Amino acid sequence: MTQFISLFQASIVFGTVILFGAVGEILTEKSGNLNLGVPGIMYLGSIASLIGVFYYERYVENPIPIVCILIALVCAVIASMLGGLLFSFMTITLRCNQNVMGLAFNIFAGGFANFYGGSLNKLAGGVGQINVLATSAAFRTKIPNYRSLGPIGELFFSYGFLVYLAIFLAFAVSWFLNRTSVGLNLRSVGENPATADAAGINVTKYKYLSTCVGAAISGLGGLYYVMDYMKGTWDSDGSIEGLGWLAVALVIFASWKAPRAIWGSYLFGMLSWAYFYIPGLTRSSQEIFKMLPYIVTVLVLIFVAYQHKPDNQPPNALGLPYFREER
Amino acid sequence: MGKEPYLETNVTIRMVDITKRFAEVVANKNINLEIRSGEILALLGENGSGKTTLMNMLSGIYMQDSGSIYVKGEHVTIRDPRDAFDLHIGMIHQHFKLVEVLTAAENIVLGLNETRLVDLKNVREQVAKICDRYGFVVEPDKKVYDMSVSEKQTLEIVKVLYRGADILILDEPTAVLTPQETDKLFVVMRNMKADGKSIVIITHKLHEVMEISDRVAVLRKGEYIGDVPTSETDPQKLTDMMVGRAVTLNIDRPEPVDPKESLVVKNLTVKDINGVTKLDNVSFTAYTGEILGIAGISGCGQKELLEAVAGLHKLEKGSSIMFYPRGDRDQGEDLAGQTPIDIKHKGVHLAFVPEDRLGMGLVGNMNIPDNLMLKCYDQGRSPFTNRKKPREQAIQIIRDLEVVTPGLRTPVRRLSGGNVQKILVGREIASDPYLLMTAYAVRGLDINTSYTIYRLLNDQKKKGTAVIYVGEDLDVLLELCDRILVLCSGRVSGIVDGKTARKEEVGLLMTSFKEETA
Amino acid sequence: MKKHDHKEPLFRISKSGYVPLQKAWAIRMVALLLALIVSALIIFSIVKLNPIKVYGTMFQGAFGTNKRMWVTIRDTMMLLCIGLGLAPAFKMRFWNIGAEGQVLVGGIASAACMIYLRDKVSSTAVLPIMFVCSMLAGAVWGFIPGFFKAKYGTNETLFTLMMNYIAIQLTSYFVALWENPYGSNTVGVINSRSKFGWFPPIFGQMYVLNVIIVLVLVVTIYVYLNYSKQGFEIAVVGDSENTARYCGIDVKRVIIRTMVISGAICGIAGFLAVAGAGHTISVSTAGGRGFTTIIVAWMAKFNSFVMVLFSALLVFLEKGAMEIASRYQLSDYVSSMVTGIILFFILGSEFFINFKVTLRKRFSKEVSQ
Repeated sequence: MTQFISLFQASIVFGTVILFGAVGEILTEKSGNLNLGVPGIMYLGSIASLIGVFYYERYVENPIPIVCILIALVCAVIASMLGGLLFSFMTITLRCNQNVMGLAFNIFAGGFANFYGGSLNKLAGGVGQINVLATSAAFRTKIPNYRSLGPIGELFFSYGFLVYLAIFLAFAVSWFLNRTSVGLNLRSVGENPATADAAGINVTKYKYLSTCVGAAISGLGGLYYVMDYMKGTWDSDGSIEGLGWLAVALVIFASWKAPRAIWGSYLFGMLSWAYFYIPGLTRSSQEIFKMLPYIVTVLVLIFVAYQHKPDNQPPNALGLPYFREER
Repeated sequence: MGKEPYLETNVTIRMVDITKRFAEVVANKNINLEIRSGEILALLGENGSGKTTLMNMLSGIYMQDSGSIYVKGEHVTIRDPRDAFDLHIGMIHQHFKLVEVLTAAENIVLGLNETRLVDLKNVREQVAKICDRYGFVVEPDKKVYDMSVSEKQTLEIVKVLYRGADILILDEPTAVLTPQETDKLFVVMRNMKADGKSIVIITHKLHEVMEISDRVAVLRKGEYIGDVPTSETDPQKLTDMMVGRAVTLNIDRPEPVDPKESLVVKNLTVKDINGVTKLDNVSFTAYTGEILGIAGISGCGQKELLEAVAGLHKLEKGSSIMFYPRGDRDQGEDLAGQTPIDIKHKGVHLAFVPEDRLGMGLVGNMNIPDNLMLKCYDQGRSPFTNRKKPREQAIQIIRDLEVVTPGLRTPVRRLSGGNVQKILVGREIASDPYLLMTAYAVRGLDINTSYTIYRLLNDQKKKGTAVIYVGEDLDVLLELCDRILVLCSGRVSGIVDGKTARKEEVGLLMTSFKEETA
Repeated sequence: MKKHDHKEPLFRISKSGYVPLQKAWAIRMVALLLALIVSALIIFSIVKLNPIKVYGTMFQGAFGTNKRMWVTIRDTMMLLCIGLGLAPAFKMRFWNIGAEGQVLVGGIASAACMIYLRDKVSSTAVLPIMFVCSMLAGAVWGFIPGFFKAKYGTNETLFTLMMNYIAIQLTSYFVALWENPYGSNTVGVINSRSKFGWFPPIFGQMYVLNVIIVLVLVVTIYVYLNYSKQGFEIAVVGDSENTARYCGIDVKRVIIRTMVISGAICGIAGFLAVAGAGHTISVSTAGGRGFTTIIVAWMAKFNSFVMVLFSALLVFLEKGAMEIASRYQLSDYVSSMVTGIILFFILGSEFFINFKVTLRKRFSKEVSQ
């Protein structure tokens, strides 16, 4: 039982990183913009929050938890929105190919984050690693007395607030897309921008906003990664990049429905950690087990394509640039 | 003489000296146009004469390069469709601007009330009001992808009215309608006019102009030719204005010589990927040396019929397509179940001019010789392509069919629609076919090019080729074809003699079956 | 009454028609120049090094010594080789993001040959065997997404991406299996004594064989794409699958065949990385090049000769930035940052080739009637 609880918890932590990424990307893709730069966005969100709280913790004797949290959140959101803005400018205004721009963005953002991450590590004392203990602890503050609920508490209430924020955002995005006028307009932009334009919807504005807000949400995944998953440290091993790509895959897995991404992300988490809980694996065969989430994604891709259900399909104009005077 | 003061005050929209370019092409050149309140103005011109472009500047899709627009005497700048709504201008585009996965009501409120939750109840009430007033029927909760073409058009009109439009622009509204549906549309248009709205109808069909409009304005090759009250003109005069000189509307129709069975289609049934029946037990015979016309409202299976013969569709059991080259019974070949590759390898001389020229017939990014090579690139054993023959062929087609192109290396997507079609038809005819199928071969072409195409088809007919001509203009079908097969909802509703059939007869056949789609 | 006489927007964008080749390249060159200036400014802001000296230092980093020059050439060839592999797939509009994985499995195959054939075949025979094995491994990795794309229309971008991660895990598996020395979690340099399965030096240079193999590929791919029947089929499928079907091209076969070729060439890149460069295998053997080259191939419009230039440019930047990083004790990642910025500029420049921007010329002064 304890084994299961710890797997479950690890899955939720893992899943939350990609859940943020995927929810943001769903919002972006619903506007017809395919941002393959999610890994880069998460890089930016993580490094910006780390830099912000690093300086705060460094220059303040007793960091106040709530201030730590606010600084981290603001830094992550601003940095990832700026990333989204750059991506928007290149793809919406300059009409670059979205796939290529996404990849170029990842190269840039990965370099940027690891460059400053490396510098921070050095600043933090040379050999050692940066560690923003106070902030990380603040982010990992759990619901008080969750243990009194026994296993239920362990399973569902033993996480920092970002886990619940991710779930909330998933439902919020879904509600926004399906129940509000703006959401309706946004969906129409992704389905058929020419129609939306003729209906008086400012296609450019919608695409910019949804890409930037989507990036902000995805960036929170980076924040969660560095503060909770990595417990306030920086490692330039590129594992965040892998998580970012999984977030992109999760969008397809969830067929552009945010609530579906919730359990999808936890399932991915479970598959990723499964090797840890299977007895008798050698170090090399563990590596084979770590393929599971990727193989499952591939199988889902094949299944979704094979099934070809109309309501599981991507937005009709996904990945295509829009130019009003196109003839 | 001076203008009547009454007319001056009656002008709703004045467009002054409007010019619009697309890269090298001048689409509108110094155009001056007035739209008066409470009139139905027909904007007449051939395809490509700049009618839609001009109106798109009123609806905010395009912006003029120079010139001014005045609405009710006030100078306006229409930057986008929203500005157009504010000025009470609404346009119903030829290609409907509807989101397929949304419902009618959702499409109607699209872009409005950005601050609110979706309140469809209110929309339904208002839509019902509009419908009552003008005699529409709209089901607010029906998804657009479940709608027929005419339902979609109604929805577009209601959408524009819902936004408070006083000036309605309809771009070729009848192109997709049956004669009966057209009549219904005209009734609605008259109702709207009676209600004080100004209506512009873009069209190239003369009889519609005569029937519905109060005044006609004519464009030719991007220039404004003039306007006349409809009551003071006739189709011949309008044609002269439209094409610049008198043209005889007569299309040549030589008598078929020694017709033999060439293509015998029996019980052809085709379903699309969603399992919807597109062709239902279609049977007919095409003879050598004749042109078989195929009529029907759009989406009734014409496209699928030609594609099925060309091997592009999976056929249902029982379908048979027997093909006798030059009517030779001994060399019969069953094309059912064959792919285009099989057909090619069997050496069946089958030529097909598809509807979607750049999306199926040609490769837009390739130049003329490469496009000519498309169907024969794999001849010979060498692993490399031979571009010498296609080059020579390209030069010949450019010369014979008077293709206007900057050079051999220009990608075909840069050419005008007529030139693209000449290349496509030229290539298909050059393969010396026994069966030639064309889908909407003259759509979007000017009159001269259209006649070139008719001539080419007749040449093939005289050579003994079996020609199948899918067309949308009933007048042309009745003048060009020896027999006309009418499709309705994927079924053959009749085969009539082109020489004796009347237009109304064909129109009725086109709608003789009720739509059976769920 | 509401005023409707809005100002005309400040900028107007319209499609530009035919742009002469010289003008297009002039625009790209301007973009490149701007990019270099911006990168120099960024480096200046970090290390306070005079921008001209920045590029002097970078040049030294890339070509300063004979050895450095050859490393630059070797890495250019590696990038180029992957780019050549991607070109057929991209020309077919098949988004093969999976070069990273295809290179890795090619590398694994080469490393496996070096380890398992050690005492079984002669050192001259092993190289062709490695070549073929790497090619086959890459081909398999290309075949899988190609097959499912052709058969069911699966999204190839994500499929190939996932194949990367599967390949990375596979590499980790073999690294753990072949670990040497024990506990190092690396494979170490394979056959460092016997140099079995290493490229032999030619004219005293280590990397001449890399250059030969890749240059042969450059010409082969150029001819294949532009003059062969299969290349013609690829172009047709890439432009319109409907047209391809219409004119009797077996679209599925072309997709699968092209992906096999694409994967195979990327597999050869893995062979070069292991036998011709690193003599080891690790998860960073491909080192993100699979992604960088997508941009190389895209910007070069799949023309192999233009790809040579772009690969050289990117490797020069990488080496140069690394030199600056090491002189000023900065992290190597500064090179990715600079590369990213330059890519943005070059990608953005396409806009100014395809579109025409006009400033507002008249400030609507006409008085209402």
